Amino acid sequence: MREIAVVSSAIHQVEALTFKTDVQLMVSLINEARDAVDLVQADVGFTCSGSSDFLAGQGFSFVQTLDAVGASPPINESHVEMDGAFALYEAWVKLQIGEIDIALVYSYGKSSPGSRRDVLAVQLDPYTVAPLWPDAHAVAALQARLLIESGAVTAEELAAIAVRSQRNAVGNPNALRASADVTVADVLATAVVADPLRAADLAAEADGGCAMVLAAGDRARELCDRPVWIRGIDHRIDAHGLGVRDLVTAPSATLATIHAADRAGFGADSVDIAELHAASTAQAHILTVGIGLGHDVRIDPSGGSLAGDTLMAAGLMRMAEAARQVASGDADRALAHASSGPCLQQNLVCLLEGD
Amino acid sequence: MGSLGEHIAVLGVGQTKYQSTRGDVSIAGLVREAALRALEDASCTWADIDAVVIGKAPDFFEGLMMPELFLADALGCVGKPILRVHTAGSVGGSTALVATSLIQGRIHQRVLTLGFEKQSESNATWALSLPQPFSVSINAGAGGYFSPIIRRYMARSGAPELIGCMVAYKDRQNALLNPYAHIHQPDLTFDQVVEAPMLWDPIRFSETCPSSDGACAMVLGDEAAGDAADGPVAWVHGTAMRSEANNFPGRDEVSPQASRDCAAEVFAKAGIVNPRSEIDVAEMYVPFSWYEPMWLESLGFAEKDKGWEMVEDGSTEIDGGDLPVNCSGGVLSSNPIGASGMIRFAEAALQVRGMAGEHQVDGAQKAFGHAYGGGAQYFAMWVVGASKP
Repeated sequence: MREIAVVSSAIHQVEALTFKTDVQLMVSLINEARDAVDLVQADVGFTCSGSSDFLAGQGFSFVQTLDAVGASPPINESHVEMDGAFALYEAWVKLQIGEIDIALVYSYGKSSPGSRRDVLAVQLDPYTVAPLWPDAHAVAALQARLLIESGAVTAEELAAIAVRSQRNAVGNPNALRASADVTVADVLATAVVADPLRAADLAAEADGGCAMVLAAGDRARELCDRPVWIRGIDHRIDAHGLGVRDLVTAPSATLATIHAADRAGFGADSVDIAELHAASTAQAHILTVGIGLGHDVRIDPSGGSLAGDTLMAAGLMRMAEAARQVASGDADRALAHASSGPCLQQNLVCLLEGD
Repeated sequence: MGSLGEHIAVLGVGQTKYQSTRGDVSIAGLVREAALRALEDASCTWADIDAVVIGKAPDFFEGLMMPELFLADALGCVGKPILRVHTAGSVGGSTALVATSLIQGRIHQRVLTLGFEKQSESNATWALSLPQPFSVSINAGAGGYFSPIIRRYMARSGAPELIGCMVAYKDRQNALLNPYAHIHQPDLTFDQVVEAPMLWDPIRFSETCPSSDGACAMVLGDEAAGDAADGPVAWVHGTAMRSEANNFPGRDEVSPQASRDCAAEVFAKAGIVNPRSEIDVAEMYVPFSWYEPMWLESLGFAEKDKGWEMVEDGSTEIDGGDLPVNCSGGVLSSNPIGASGMIRFAEAALQVRGMAGEHQVDGAQKAFGHAYGGGAQYFAMWVVGASKP
């Protein structure tokens, strides 16, 4: 495998980007990521992005966002209608071939103009499930209810995950939900939104974007002091139907971890930190078990997606946040996770390491 | 091959019948039909497939957001990786190229790639006309967007008025040789093409693509898989993708620089110096008839302003032409948008495998597959050959 590293990243996340378009948002983030390593677009060998037409409310919405990159002269470029973490995967594959040394990855999502929990219903089986419009909170609650009834966790333990996220998020300018002194009792005292989940159990809906520069081998060492090497990356998907899966597990997260660890030569048991892309505290628990994170792993040092969840970018933000922990020297090995679909249907795991 | 990485072979191709409404199958049934045919052609089973890459145009076309989630089961990829590509109209080509890169980068040995559209599930006009804040929609559709560009080409090249009709007549005749093609008009005459209603001057109704349901799939394999295949395979000799912005001063919309750059790269990788003489057959993305001569020039098959002469003198006809173009009937005869680019790539592969049936070009050794999208901004191309590069 060719050595590929994250060499820079830029993140912006807020509750609602009311007065900014996707293009305006990405102009500043893409420039920030390129400027951090003194690169211009002509230096970039491949560009890959992720976004959703359903959020933009417009077909081919990503075409406009190309203006934020500056695609003149023409560029080698592709787009996935997936979280940016999968765009990162595609860029990593392109870098493996050896034709290019530098890639730009970005993704963004602006769900605030619509009702996100309802919009997500159109991800479900279009013939038998979506017509019933089950909202995303209700679907997440089904999973959480099963988890609690399985005896794996209690509502108190889920609240403790919410507290961990909020406390870790203190100091993260991109976190929407942060508190240094919140307690489990505080969380349990709040109303249930979708039984058994409280507001603090559900990821804080956000608008935002993320841009990242990847570089290969010596080029990465030239560009920054401490490249964050992608030692292993893999993604897998589970069956779609909620009724055919055991919702208290995430087999595809386990499988992706095994394959990523195969490439990396180290696994989830030896990372210092992990950033998880979970829509609920219950999902964070399922992932912790399914990925096999050790007890001494610091989970979600940024607050994770629970503290701010930008649809289509939350996964790429996890990669960026984990990479920052390694780049700063706060961690030597990190695991970053991204997911897609209802109840953790699809999962990507990336193992990062500093020199 | 001028590019790095593992050699890639097209092991199998599967297509559905293209038609206005495939009311007999669900979206899952449609994609599975194409996937199963590709697996059968490749003498593979689901177990042989390491990963799946799918592509389609906007999710609004079916009203299904991120369809890879719903289709994971139908595409046999539970426990496997699946990616979903979306690069506007070029998506079918780009999807095949993402799948190619998974093998080229030595991540996987065999990849199933598939493009589809089931336009009958929703309403494409609605899907493309959603009102946007602070912007005025011209509601002109793709034809309204491209007709001024075609006018510009006609003015600058001095092409005769009926070149577009000649392309349309040729492609609809070719479609009669392709059982999968959507539009079959056995009694169509050239005069009927000319007399058809004008939709977006100079584009007649007879010179525009249909809206189709359909799916196209390919099984791609690494060198070992290609060597081990019993039947003929197509070897990938070169691939390239390019994108450019929609609007900037001096943009040549008739022959975008992204198109010219993409062609230069793909031919260089394939070791092709003279595309006109070295390519035996081309499948190009021609949704409006005039794009055949326009792309012939942009891609380097013809000199600037001379592409229409190739149409006029029959060079692009399957019978007697030295560069048959769109022997399958092309996008003008079948247009399941998300699959349309992949059909071009797959038809190129079928030609060099000698498996194109009645629309086979005898002895085709090298074929060119092409797709474009957006406001002629996104390009994906490949060159495939009968022998290993």
